Amino acid sequence: MTQLTPILSKFWDAEQSWSLATYEQHDGYRAMDKAFAMEPAAVISAVKDSALRGRGGAGFPTGMKWSFMSPPDGDARYLVVNADESEPGTCKDIPLMMANPHVLLEGVAISSYAIGCKKAFIYLRGEVVHVYRRLLRAVEEAYAAGHLGENIHGTGIDVDIVVHAGAGAYICGEETALLDSLEGRRGQPRSKPPFPGAAGLYARPTSVNNVESIASVPGIILEGVDWFKGMGTEKSAGFGIFSLSGHVKNPGQYEAPLGITLRELLDMAGGMRDPNKKLKFWTPGGSSTPLFTAEHLDVPLDFESVGAAGSMLGTRALQIFDETVCVVRAVDRWIEFYKHESCGKCTPCREGTWWLAQILHRLEHGQGTEADLDKLLDISDNILGRSFCALGDGATSPVTSSIQHFRDEYLAHLEHGGCPFDPQAAVLWATDKESVSA
Amino acid sequence: MTTTPTQATDLVTLTIDGIEVSVPKGSLIIRAAEEAGIEIPRFCDHPSLDPVGACRQCLVEVWMPGPPGPDGTPSEARQMQGPPGRMKPQASCTMTVAPGMVVKTQVTSEAIDKAQQGVMELLLINHPLDCPVCDKGGECPLQNQAMSAGRETSRFEDSKRTYPKPVNISSQVLLDRERCVLCARCTRFSDQVAGDPFIALVERGALQQVGIYEEQPFESYFSGNTVQICPVGALTGAAYRFRSRPFDLVSTPSVCEHCASGCAQRTDHRRGTILRRMAQNDPEVNGEWNCDKGRWAFAYSSVGDRFEFPMVRENGELRVASWPEALRVAAAGLGHANASGVLVGGRVSAEDAYAYAKFARQVLGTNDIDFRARPHSAEEADFLAASVVGTGPQGGAVTYTDLGSASTVLLLGFEPEDESPIVFLRLRKAFRKNKTRVYAVSPVASRGLAKMGGQLIASAPGTEAEVIAAIKAGRGSKRVEEAAAALAEGGVILVGERLATVPGALSAAAALAEHTGARLAWVPRRAGERGALEAGAFPTLLPGGRLVTDASARAEVALAWDLAGLPDTPGRDCAGIVAALRSGELDGVVIGGVDPFDLGIGDADAVLGGAFVVSLEQRPSAATAYADVILPVATVAEKSGTFVDWEGRPRSFEAALTTTYVSDYRALDMLADEMGHFLGCRTQREVADEMTSLGAGTGPRPTAPNVPPAEPRQVADGHLVLATWRHLLDQGSMQDGEPFLAGTAPRATARVSATTAQTLGLADGDEVRVDLVTGACVVALVTISEMADHVIWLPTNSAGSDLRVALATEGGDHVFVTKDGDA
Repeated sequence: MTQLTPILSKFWDAEQSWSLATYEQHDGYRAMDKAFAMEPAAVISAVKDSALRGRGGAGFPTGMKWSFMSPPDGDARYLVVNADESEPGTCKDIPLMMANPHVLLEGVAISSYAIGCKKAFIYLRGEVVHVYRRLLRAVEEAYAAGHLGENIHGTGIDVDIVVHAGAGAYICGEETALLDSLEGRRGQPRSKPPFPGAAGLYARPTSVNNVESIASVPGIILEGVDWFKGMGTEKSAGFGIFSLSGHVKNPGQYEAPLGITLRELLDMAGGMRDPNKKLKFWTPGGSSTPLFTAEHLDVPLDFESVGAAGSMLGTRALQIFDETVCVVRAVDRWIEFYKHESCGKCTPCREGTWWLAQILHRLEHGQGTEADLDKLLDISDNILGRSFCALGDGATSPVTSSIQHFRDEYLAHLEHGGCPFDPQAAVLWATDKESVSA
Repeated sequence: MTTTPTQATDLVTLTIDGIEVSVPKGSLIIRAAEEAGIEIPRFCDHPSLDPVGACRQCLVEVWMPGPPGPDGTPSEARQMQGPPGRMKPQASCTMTVAPGMVVKTQVTSEAIDKAQQGVMELLLINHPLDCPVCDKGGECPLQNQAMSAGRETSRFEDSKRTYPKPVNISSQVLLDRERCVLCARCTRFSDQVAGDPFIALVERGALQQVGIYEEQPFESYFSGNTVQICPVGALTGAAYRFRSRPFDLVSTPSVCEHCASGCAQRTDHRRGTILRRMAQNDPEVNGEWNCDKGRWAFAYSSVGDRFEFPMVRENGELRVASWPEALRVAAAGLGHANASGVLVGGRVSAEDAYAYAKFARQVLGTNDIDFRARPHSAEEADFLAASVVGTGPQGGAVTYTDLGSASTVLLLGFEPEDESPIVFLRLRKAFRKNKTRVYAVSPVASRGLAKMGGQLIASAPGTEAEVIAAIKAGRGSKRVEEAAAALAEGGVILVGERLATVPGALSAAAALAEHTGARLAWVPRRAGERGALEAGAFPTLLPGGRLVTDASARAEVALAWDLAGLPDTPGRDCAGIVAALRSGELDGVVIGGVDPFDLGIGDADAVLGGAFVVSLEQRPSAATAYADVILPVATVAEKSGTFVDWEGRPRSFEAALTTTYVSDYRALDMLADEMGHFLGCRTQREVADEMTSLGAGTGPRPTAPNVPPAEPRQVADGHLVLATWRHLLDQGSMQDGEPFLAGTAPRATARVSATTAQTLGLADGDEVRVDLVTGACVVALVTISEMADHVIWLPTNSAGSDLRVALATEGGDHVFVTKDGDA
């Protein structure tokens, strides 16, 4: 039985867990001193050796990303923290920044030092104003205490942090769209190459990293590479925050080693919300990752195993849906999200999501034919890998995986002339009373 | 100009659909495929715009060579995939070639064919099926490529995106949003090429659309190009919308008659009515762009006031006459005159100008002929004879291409965006792509200068000669010193026609070029000026740059013209002719397309009233009001001929329309006939052949003028010195009849430096009253951060600001400025 490994979430239950005082009581800003005593290259090596992989979804090795940056030329270099957490189901960065903002700030300081950056940015999703306030306050506290700014801890090292609130666009989680947005332009992905490591923010070498990746750095420095590699699997080392939501007894963030299974996590979370209802489908990493079903309960949640099982680990956003949920309705609503969030730059994503949404909406209401299912799959095939960035690719995941696993349920809608499910049966306040279908 | 041949090492060899091609390093796959003769469908791709990769229509399959094995040769090529196992198509418009790369297009890859069909189907789901009523139908890249790369039938049966239509994004460009495929060509053009980012994509997803700023309208001189490069019918020009179908049009290659840029154009007419003009691709001149004036200002010939028949004045009134009668009256009138001159104007073709030049010498026996219907000087005449006439690309003169590769360009009395817009586009491109440094000796830093990354060397009107001398000496402000050093490293000096108004400035410019080794070019504003100079419609020059004062040159021309001799004294220039008409020394005049107001003549009656006036004109003007005989002549669309652009490059054009109108040379030929002379200018071929056989003069080139700078006049208290040039879009009569174009003309504003505004107690946006000697004009004040002090800039001939007569009046260049409403 895998055990939880509360590290970033270690003292989320402390009184005022977000304050500098609390963080300092828990070894806060000590990793920074250790890192600043090392050569920057040594810090990069440590992160490389730890095999930390990006926690934003794609899983690119963090240390390698840093070492791919153009060599210093004396001019500005930037670290940009991607805190634009907007994926349906994903809720790890926002609680982390809410409960323990200083671990991120310390991570930013260490990472900035490692890559030779003097000014770092945290690009925060615009809607979460409460997190924005908390981050601003934390930055203020850290400056006042000398953990940020000029000559940190008397080492002569300078790091400034700018917290920037976006305007609420999912696309700005795509790193180059984020950079455009940060520069004051419309958030649309840029052509690559050049990659941000060569020409990112203001055309300068830039590393864009996820909140959780950066927040994991202080631990790696302080506790060591072996400590980190002692958790997780060989290729997916370390720990991660698993966010359980939906039909689960105790939804929330569960920090555990990579490779834990949903069965274990569900046990820890008290099982399904209604123990009498069966698990029907779930997302391993947010809505952009192909759906899993009950048969995937024992798939180890690491990058390789989830990939081998036909999905992606993504952001470990485990949305749990029990048998009361209509998969067509769920997918319809997800696609509506992608249609709304498509930036419009490229044809496949812009037009494809527009079309998918209309077909799904029809099917959910029982209008259409079986040929529509093949059409959905073919449209998805024409979007996947053809769109400019991963947003379009992600939009096809729920469509193709739901048809793969639940083709009969789609057909049932057509036979039934509408949705055979009672949407009321899936809600929190649903009673056991036999529901009457429409 | 030598070009370095492309080295073999600069070439990259790859295979596309089994065809091996070698293309320059850094080429895009889509360009390499074109080299191999393979057309990949595309929408957002445009060779003159930065790649964007938005439409995804140009997807191809790419195989990259594997890592080199032990013997150093690359291992077998590997297909680019994502996710593993699935071929990942690449946008050929953003991906550059690599050695050993293997590319498969829709021709050889089934998966790519399907990917392209998929993108095409998606592009069409929200595109209306209104091709039968769409202006683009028949010449539409979407229509064409839907046929070549699309499915036969659509599977889309849901709701299309619709919008209320159309949206005016300016008075001349209309947007039908539902047709737009969001390729961003228009927005990229405006931003990158024109430097006028007044349109941008707004909103998200399928509701993304081209939008304008409320506060900054899409008033770009180049907006028409967005209509032309739109790959669908989303952007249409108001003037052409719903007028015709492309397949009903007859197209004729043409050359723009508006400025000396020399744009290649295409004139499209249907049943004798010109419906539109487009930019034609000429890489050495205009690329594939033109300006809105060239594109849309052609309606002047069809506003309904053309002279369709000759007219003669009888009892003070003009009446229609037959050609024989009109010619008889004209011949008699000129025959009775003691002395006559010829005012050609700067708008006729080189052949027409040649006929005027020959007519003056042969028939009127005078050198009193000048094409400069604008402020000019004797110094300018000497400058043109010494440094300009007879040069051209063949002889190594400055070309557009040279501008693109120059390290430094110095602008003297020349505002390219307003006065030669394609020179502006080339300089902007040079700045963007070649980091060319642009310096301008001008009173005011214009927006156009900023768009070329240019730096102002501020000079009040009248001080240019001294400023140019300072650059030559390399002494002055830091910027002057920088410009001097930069020019010495090899640069180009572009001189505008306005420099002629400053004594000593052209002398100084020639001396600067001589001193620094920089190459010099003269950019007149009107399309016909350079050709008229070459044709000898000039008081001191015969055709081919031959000096009137050179006996052997005269003999050469006389021989060719079968004459005993030519008049040997240099003639009066334009101002001299006007003065002589005023004084009565001249009592006859042949006038081409000349507006007396352009000559600064406010009292045309005093000048023309007493003389016998023969006017060759298209439409009524202040000159035809005094004409004794009017001979109707053809507009550019109705004749064939040649303009010579600022480079000295001949730009020949054919008649787009077949009409009974004759070109000026033919009218002059007939008039000469009537006066007992054989002019030999009956057809364009006849004139052109004679011009060719006469060729360029071989006599010695005169030395450049050496006129000392004049001391600028003292500015009285409370007065400002007037600086001016013409906006590209203004009240010019050749823009008549096109209200949509006029709608985007810049409004007249008065520009002063912040310091000057402060001194006068004026603020940005104030309505100010400028007292001219011809009356007052009231315009809004704009303060400019970089501008000479004690100077006010106004447009020369815009609505609410007509300075043409005031400037020609003694003392008219100093004005009194007050806030409007103040006593």
